[in-house]
Amino acid sequence: MDAIVLQILNGLDKGGAYALIALGLTLIFGTLGVVNFAHGALFMLGAFCAVTFNHLIGLEQVVVDPTRTTAWGTPLEIRMPYIEVWLGDTGTAMLNYSVPLSIVFAIPAMLLVGYVMERGLIRHFYKRPHAEQILVTFGLAIVLQEIIKTYFGANPIPQAAPDIVRGAMDIGVFIGLDPGTVVYPQWRIVYLLFSLSLIGGVFAFLQFTTFGMVVRAGMADRETVGLLGINIERRFTLVFAVAAVVAGLAGVMYTPILPPDYHMGMDFLVLSFVVVVVGGMGSLPGAVSAGFLLGTLQSFASMNEVKTILPGIDQIIIYLVAVIILLVRPRGLMGRKGVMET
Amino acid sequence: MSIIRRPMNRRSLLKAGAASGLVLATPTIISRSAWAETNFRNDPTNSKTVTFGFNVPQTGAYADEGADELRAYQLAVKHLNGEGGGGMLNTMKPLSLNGNGILGKKVDYVTGDTQTKSDAARASAKRMIEKDGVIMWSGGSSSGVAIAQQSLAQEMGVVFMCGLTHSNDTTGKDKRRYGFRHFFNAYMSGAALGPVLKKEMGTDRRAYHLTADYTWGWTQEESIANTTEGLGWETVNKVSTPLGAGDFSQYIAPVLNSGADVLILNHYGKDMINSLTQAVQFGLRDKVVNGKNFEIIVPLYSRLMAQGAGENIKGIYGTTNWNWSLQDEGSAAFVKSFGQEYGFPPSQAAHTCYVQTLLYADACERAGTFNPAEVIKALEDHQFDGMGNGPTLYRGSDHQCFKDVLVVKGNENATSQFDLLEIAEVTPASQVTYDPEIFGGELGPYKV
Repeated sequence: MDAIVLQILNGLDKGGAYALIALGLTLIFGTLGVVNFAHGALFMLGAFCAVTFNHLIGLEQVVVDPTRTTAWGTPLEIRMPYIEVWLGDTGTAMLNYSVPLSIVFAIPAMLLVGYVMERGLIRHFYKRPHAEQILVTFGLAIVLQEIIKTYFGANPIPQAAPDIVRGAMDIGVFIGLDPGTVVYPQWRIVYLLFSLSLIGGVFAFLQFTTFGMVVRAGMADRETVGLLGINIERRFTLVFAVAAVVAGLAGVMYTPILPPDYHMGMDFLVLSFVVVVVGGMGSLPGAVSAGFLLGTLQSFASMNEVKTILPGIDQIIIYLVAVIILLVRPRGLMGRKGVMET
Repeated sequence: MSIIRRPMNRRSLLKAGAASGLVLATPTIISRSAWAETNFRNDPTNSKTVTFGFNVPQTGAYADEGADELRAYQLAVKHLNGEGGGGMLNTMKPLSLNGNGILGKKVDYVTGDTQTKSDAARASAKRMIEKDGVIMWSGGSSSGVAIAQQSLAQEMGVVFMCGLTHSNDTTGKDKRRYGFRHFFNAYMSGAALGPVLKKEMGTDRRAYHLTADYTWGWTQEESIANTTEGLGWETVNKVSTPLGAGDFSQYIAPVLNSGADVLILNHYGKDMINSLTQAVQFGLRDKVVNGKNFEIIVPLYSRLMAQGAGENIKGIYGTTNWNWSLQDEGSAAFVKSFGQEYGFPPSQAAHTCYVQTLLYADACERAGTFNPAEVIKALEDHQFDGMGNGPTLYRGSDHQCFKDVLVVKGNENATSQFDLLEIAEVTPASQVTYDPEIFGGELGPYKV
């Protein structure tokens, strides 16, 4: 029982990340009709927003101590973050909470990235075949990751969660299991709640605002919305930027779980595309449901009991399920007729 | 034209015999010495310089390690050419080099990118050999890639000095006459860790292995399990994890209630950073199982990995080939040279690459030729000191170096971003030496 609960939690957690990326992908595909292979790179850029913010607030005052030397004979440098020098305990607390605080930095940064990407490149490919869109966005993803590698190196850069949520918590006692049987990292719980909130926020934005209504109408029938005199292009540019922010924030909050490196976006991209296809092209609820479903299945497939019967199943489960679902429901779980169909 | 020949007389027979003898002997008389020297690939005899190839991961997951290796190679070339203070040339014993290159030729180099992929590494090495004319090439940081390059070295007749590779197979079942490894291996990690684990964790433990699913992971798992089982530990489970899994949570969760009280992470690089970070997040280090504190072991450590894992490495045991905090004169000389050149201390990958370059150069000098067959003989069973790990033997039967191995622990009180590992014990070479027969393999011929 405890093993099952743990894998459900793992799956939901992983599924949260898949769902957030897939949600952005679906938004872009549903509105702009663009298959964006650079979306994983946006997740990675979000993670590096957290790294950048941490570097910025961690900028250090360097004092050379002439009485001490390094092992290679140069004077020893004593480093102290400026923020601690200037703000004392408040500065220390800011450093401690740098990951959640970096959301404030990441939102405008990712909005800008999304806006520039859409205006500078993506809009030129709206009417081009999907194959060309895939090629150009995949190329863009590689360019972005090489830029990040040039500045930050190839080694993962650890980002610590705030002290208060750094340990593990005993989930088992809340559901009547023996103490200590289901212990789960607190930050992963935070991440799961964060991803659910963000997904809820995006849905509320689309459902309950005028802007969202126009976007939904545009997703259903772009031409008619345009004929009503609404500048749908401008709205869609903002949709792209919002999708970039969603992916970016998913990346920011994932950094304490997975120390970010330049390649982390690619690791998520392929799986997220499978999630979109399984959920149904253009279906936002489908993308979210499939994200959680596939994340959970992947976790269960990694259980030793399962791997003993089916060795290697953890590596192929997502693709296997995708094949089965597409055979049974060719449009995916919640796909609509006419999307990506000729 | 008549087809009837005149009968051969004694005089004409003698003339014909003398002429034939002269014709047959001519190549040998004229070019005997030249033949001996040119009977190997990329002979630099007629060149003022000799070219080395440094084939390191410049892109991909190990690019940072590759960059550090490249720095070390460049420093080694500088020292060989008599620039930059000499570094370990001041401490290496015995030493035949004198800071004017090798056999009077300045050392030049070309670089390549392995991308940590066997096929890319072989293609890059082949280019260096065929286009750039390298006499030797070197690089790391993966056992699969090193083994692939060793095979190429044997095919092409050009010496390959391995960089960072830790699999037993490199100098075991896949050893090659033209490949040499200074770095230690998984067996040595196990042999060095054993006594420390016994002292620190006792003999009644239950271990759970998470292992990277490729040659290095398998050999390390085998070696460490043999060691721990020899101590009396029980192996609860061995689970293979895909290379580059990213999120290891689904593999770590089953450890929690498996009854194990030790988790052994047979991971390297990014996998180790991620699996260790996540294992700590799952509270494993705070758990008490079977009445004992839960422990995590990372059998192969590197400083660059330790930087990536951050504070999660505190108090965690592992082994390393070398550490910049060593106080012997060889290490001090290298750290000083490297630190002054680049502003930070070298990694173990940098150290092994630097040493390999000097050892090859010294072997050429001792052999008096660049002929690889003779250089190989000069390296085989060569004993040296002053290069950071105490007296060392380059064993001829498997081309593996035998030297002291460091058991290290994540530093609880790091004083800088580089001061991440503290040396828990220096295990003497005698304790990690083994019979080469246990890993099998054939070196192959000198002449190819």
